[in-house]
Amino acid sequence: MKASFPIIGMHCASCAKLIERQLERTPGVSDASVNYGSEQATIEYDETCCDLPTIGKAVESAGYKAIVESVAGSDPVKKTPDELKEEAKRVELADLKVKVIVSSILSIIILLGSFPEWFSSFFSFSPKLYALISKPFFLLALSTPVQFWAGKGFYQATWSGLRNRAAGMDTLIAIGTSAAYGFSVLTTLFEPMLRAAGFPIVMYYDTAAVIITLILLGRFLEAKAKAHTSDAIKKLLHLQAKTARVIRNGKEFDVPIEEVQVGDVIRVRPGEKIPVDGKISEGASSIDESMVTGESMPVEKKAGDLVIGATINKTGTFLFLATKVGKDTMLSQIVRMVAEAQSSRAPIQRLADVVSGYFVPIVLMLAVATFVIWFDTGTFAQAFTNMIAVLIIACPCALGLATPTAIMVGTGRGAEHGILIKDAEALEIAHKINIAVFDKTGTLTQGKPTVTDIVPADGKKLKAESLLRLAASLEQGSEHSLAEAIVAEAQRKKIALNRADGFVAIPGHGVAGTVEKQKIFFGNRALIDKQKISYHAAEKTISNLEKQGKTVMMLANQKQLLGLIAVADTLKPEAKEMVASLGRMNIGVSMITGDNKRTAGTIAEQVGITNVLAGVLPQEKAKKIKELKSSSLNSKLKTLSSSVVAFIGDGINDAPALASADVGIAMGTGTDVAIESAGITLLNKDLRSVVSAIKLSKSTLSIIKQNLFWAFGYNVILIPVAMGVLYPITGWLLNPALAAFAMAASSISVVGNSLRLKGVNI
Amino acid sequence: MEKIIVSTIGITLIAAIYWFFFGKKEEAMDAKNNWDITVDGGYKPTTIKLFKDKPATLTFTRTDPTACLEEIVFPDYKIKEFLPLNKPVTITLPPPHKPSGFHCGMNMYHGRIDVA
Repeated sequence: MKASFPIIGMHCASCAKLIERQLERTPGVSDASVNYGSEQATIEYDETCCDLPTIGKAVESAGYKAIVESVAGSDPVKKTPDELKEEAKRVELADLKVKVIVSSILSIIILLGSFPEWFSSFFSFSPKLYALISKPFFLLALSTPVQFWAGKGFYQATWSGLRNRAAGMDTLIAIGTSAAYGFSVLTTLFEPMLRAAGFPIVMYYDTAAVIITLILLGRFLEAKAKAHTSDAIKKLLHLQAKTARVIRNGKEFDVPIEEVQVGDVIRVRPGEKIPVDGKISEGASSIDESMVTGESMPVEKKAGDLVIGATINKTGTFLFLATKVGKDTMLSQIVRMVAEAQSSRAPIQRLADVVSGYFVPIVLMLAVATFVIWFDTGTFAQAFTNMIAVLIIACPCALGLATPTAIMVGTGRGAEHGILIKDAEALEIAHKINIAVFDKTGTLTQGKPTVTDIVPADGKKLKAESLLRLAASLEQGSEHSLAEAIVAEAQRKKIALNRADGFVAIPGHGVAGTVEKQKIFFGNRALIDKQKISYHAAEKTISNLEKQGKTVMMLANQKQLLGLIAVADTLKPEAKEMVASLGRMNIGVSMITGDNKRTAGTIAEQVGITNVLAGVLPQEKAKKIKELKSSSLNSKLKTLSSSVVAFIGDGINDAPALASADVGIAMGTGTDVAIESAGITLLNKDLRSVVSAIKLSKSTLSIIKQNLFWAFGYNVILIPVAMGVLYPITGWLLNPALAAFAMAASSISVVGNSLRLKGVNI
Repeated sequence: MEKIIVSTIGITLIAAIYWFFFGKKEEAMDAKNNWDITVDGGYKPTTIKLFKDKPATLTFTRTDPTACLEEIVFPDYKIKEFLPLNKPVTITLPPPHKPSGFHCGMNMYHGRIDVA
């Protein structure tokens, strides 16, 4: 049997060799390899001779710790990268918290001791105490731990960056605070000599300590806020079931989700999560898919229907065949797509990318220039404090965070509503859409025929329900798509069907059989004509229904016409509202279909679309989209207003058009090919989500623009202020401690602004 | 006199900063599609060369505790990975067609991918 488990306590590659030798000496272990890099041991062992706890003890005897489970034969606990990240973040936050608390206390005392003119009166109860805390050596003693313990991270990052001839934000903090601290130490230790040399006797312990404390506080708050930007993925991952109840060789038992295999038969009981994707083989139930698709209503499913892993079984018990497991499940694909979108680059980010590459070295040069100019025109103290203010106020972090945090929250917010955004570019462009082209079948319409009208024949007492019962009882043996529509309608209305005897399907005509002790015929004109049954009285109704693009079927017994049932591919109920909403947003809506003009026109009229592209062959759809884009370009040249075309479709034949459009939006009910080709996928199957996606794009872009404006504006305005450009006019100079506060606040405000997307109404 | 000295030192320092950060010359390197990259104050090597149209395996080992470097982002490949300290993380890139870049989570440290 093969097993692998983490090893703790290795310090070098020779430790790994030592453990390997120890493991190979353990009876029952035939092969062992230990990887120092991944801190993981992999062994082959005979489970009849030894078990994992024994192997764990063997490792412990060599002075290391193996993390093996106590149950023999089961897999060890292995942390995923996300768990490792969570753990690292927890440690980082705890460490930051301690540093912030300790350095805050020390900084307050340093601040009190640094300004006798302001604070000495507070210590009137004990002048001796104040005399102590205002002594330079006492301030030095308090500042040193803040500088080198709390601020250790800044030095580490600066050192490793400089070795690589690179500089980050930490370089600026380390240089700025070191200058303040270092000059103060010199003043403390060599005051007489410096005074004799004409140097001003000023100390900046308070500046260095307060800057470090405020920036650490900012990082602590930023880390807490940033943790929420990836909430969406965490929520999705938590949806995953932990175990599955599989039936293998007639035995039913629970297994960890990782062990479920394609082809396993799995039982799901009421209230349980469906573990993986599959097809129901036995039973039926109502399933809540809202957590994955965003669809609010539970969906009725029966044998043959597909189920999605991580959705919740509401009422019935059923068995299903696992068809997709592990990384192939829909949930895993969603997590992957959201993660990919969050890692992609929005075009709007380009400028920030370019700036961030040059930012820190330029700020360093500006700081030196500030010192020189102020030294030449003012005093040493002004030159020194302004140089520190420039180093501290510059905040490249806000620039770096402006776009990615908003994209992370925006794509996550979309996923929560069943709007899956493939990349940041699609999210960015969607707000510019001004032409939306919809595929008809399966997108604007349900994509399958449904019963639209049930009309009992004139003078007959038969009710619509009885008419449907007779027709559905007869059709339940048929596999024709129209028959499916009739039976589905009867099931929807919960009509109990009767047995049909002597069922006969007459190709091209309809069906016949005996139901409720009478011979029934159900089909088109040809079938009824053949039975020589008159339907003249119903002719006008039939004609009207056919003009509406519906297929009319007649139900008759051996003597007379009993009634009519019309079937058509119906509009999705929300289609009309969606078209109206797009209209209000000044987005032109078009419909594209292979249907003839009459049928297409009927549907378009019902939904409120005036621009119809009818008779378009599937392979021509992409060409039409390109034409629309180029005609938009012409209009752009004329009117100087930009035009962006979105295509919304679902079929395999829609894939080229989805890829050709500026923004391709695939319906979640569609094919994998369509979803792969689209920038946005609507998992919730609700057309109104097209509007929501555009609104989400508008909100996200608005947040990104605010963030970039703030981040650029902050640096462009405050760096010159810190350099002292306002001094000749207003006499204002920026205190370095205030600069530290502004710097810390700028990053937090950018992250906080992005988190506002969680609350926008889409 | 002291102003002249400070100005001279200042200008020299500015020139030195410019040279130090912007005057880096990338070493010429051979193309291969299997790279070990150390994350320590940036990426070593900073620029890697891959063969066109062949998948590449990049193994990152972060030895630098700086929080900024804990994530690696390949925006053109839509890849973002967390890099645990001192633990190698292997990232497989699809066949590259054109030069691209990668950077840390905060977009402060950058690396470049050239295509041969």
